Amino acid sequence: MAYVGQLQRKFVEYTKSLYREGIVDKQFTQLHNLQDESNPDFAEEVVTLFFTDSQRLLNELTNALEQQDVDFNTVDAYVHQFKGSSSSVGAQRVKDLCISFRTLCEQQNKELCLRCLQQVKLEYASFKSKLESLFQLEKQIVEAGGTIPTID
Amino acid sequence: MVVGTGASGSMAADGVEERKQMSALIVDDNSVIQKIHKVIMTKLGFETQVVDNGKMAVDLHTSGCSFDVILMDMEMPVMNGIEATKELRAMGVETMIVGVTACSLESEKQAFKEAGLNECFVKPLNMEEAKSLVKKLNKEDN
Repeated sequence: MAYVGQLQRKFVEYTKSLYREGIVDKQFTQLHNLQDESNPDFAEEVVTLFFTDSQRLLNELTNALEQQDVDFNTVDAYVHQFKGSSSSVGAQRVKDLCISFRTLCEQQNKELCLRCLQQVKLEYASFKSKLESLFQLEKQIVEAGGTIPTID
Repeated sequence: MVVGTGASGSMAADGVEERKQMSALIVDDNSVIQKIHKVIMTKLGFETQVVDNGKMAVDLHTSGCSFDVILMDMEMPVMNGIEATKELRAMGVETMIVGVTACSLESEKQAFKEAGLNECFVKPLNMEEAKSLVKKLNKEDN
C-alpha cells in the first residue's frame, strides 16, 4: 500500500509539473475527462494516435523543406495539420511553435523554417518522452492495485 | 451506411413515445480530431459516421443519407469545409452544420460561417459545446 501511495504521489507531482511547465494545457485535462468505463484508456489512445500522426507529418515537413524549390503552401498545410493535432491533445508548446512556424511559411523564409522545424522536432520529442513516462506511471499504479489520482 | 432521420419519435407498444437515436456526421481529415469528436458525440448518445473530406460528406447526402448534425472541418483535401457546406445547402440540406476549425483568422471563420454554418467552434469541440448543440437540436425538434 505504501508503494502504491508513493507511485500516486509521484504521478500527481509529475502531472502538475507538466501543466506548470506548459508542456500540456487544459485540452489534456479534457481528454482525461472523456475517459470512462467504456473508454478507460482514451487519453493514452488519442495521444498514441497523435504520436503516429506526428511522425508522418514531421517526415513530410523534412522532405518538403529539403526540396530545392520549397513549396511553402505544402509546408504550411502540414504545419496546419500538426497545429490542429497538437492542440487537440493539449501539447501546448508544440502548438505554439506551429503557430510561429506558419508565420515563417507566409514569409517564405526557408532558413528560418528549417530552424523552426528543428525546434518543433525537439519540443515534440520532449512531449513524447514525458507523456510516455506519465502513461508508464499510470500502468505501474494500476498493476500495483491502485487507482489513478485525479488532478484538479 | 448510417441514416439518421431526425430526432422525432415513434409510439412504442405501451403508448410511450420513443426518441430515435440521433446521428452525427464527422467530417475531418485529422485522425486525432476524428477520434475525439466521435467519442464526444457517442457519449451524448449519437450514432456517428466519420469521413475524411467534404466530397465524401456531399456524396453521402447525394446517395440519400441524412444526419441530425454535421461537424465540419474547414481545411481538408479534395473538398474543404466551405465548399462542402455551400454544396450541401445548395442541395437543400437543412441539417445543423457546425464548423470546427483550427483557423484563428476572423476573416476565414467569417467566410466559413457565410457558407451556411449554424455554428462555428475552435477545434476540438469540447463536451460543453457539444451539449449546447444537443440542446439546440432538442429545441428544434420540440
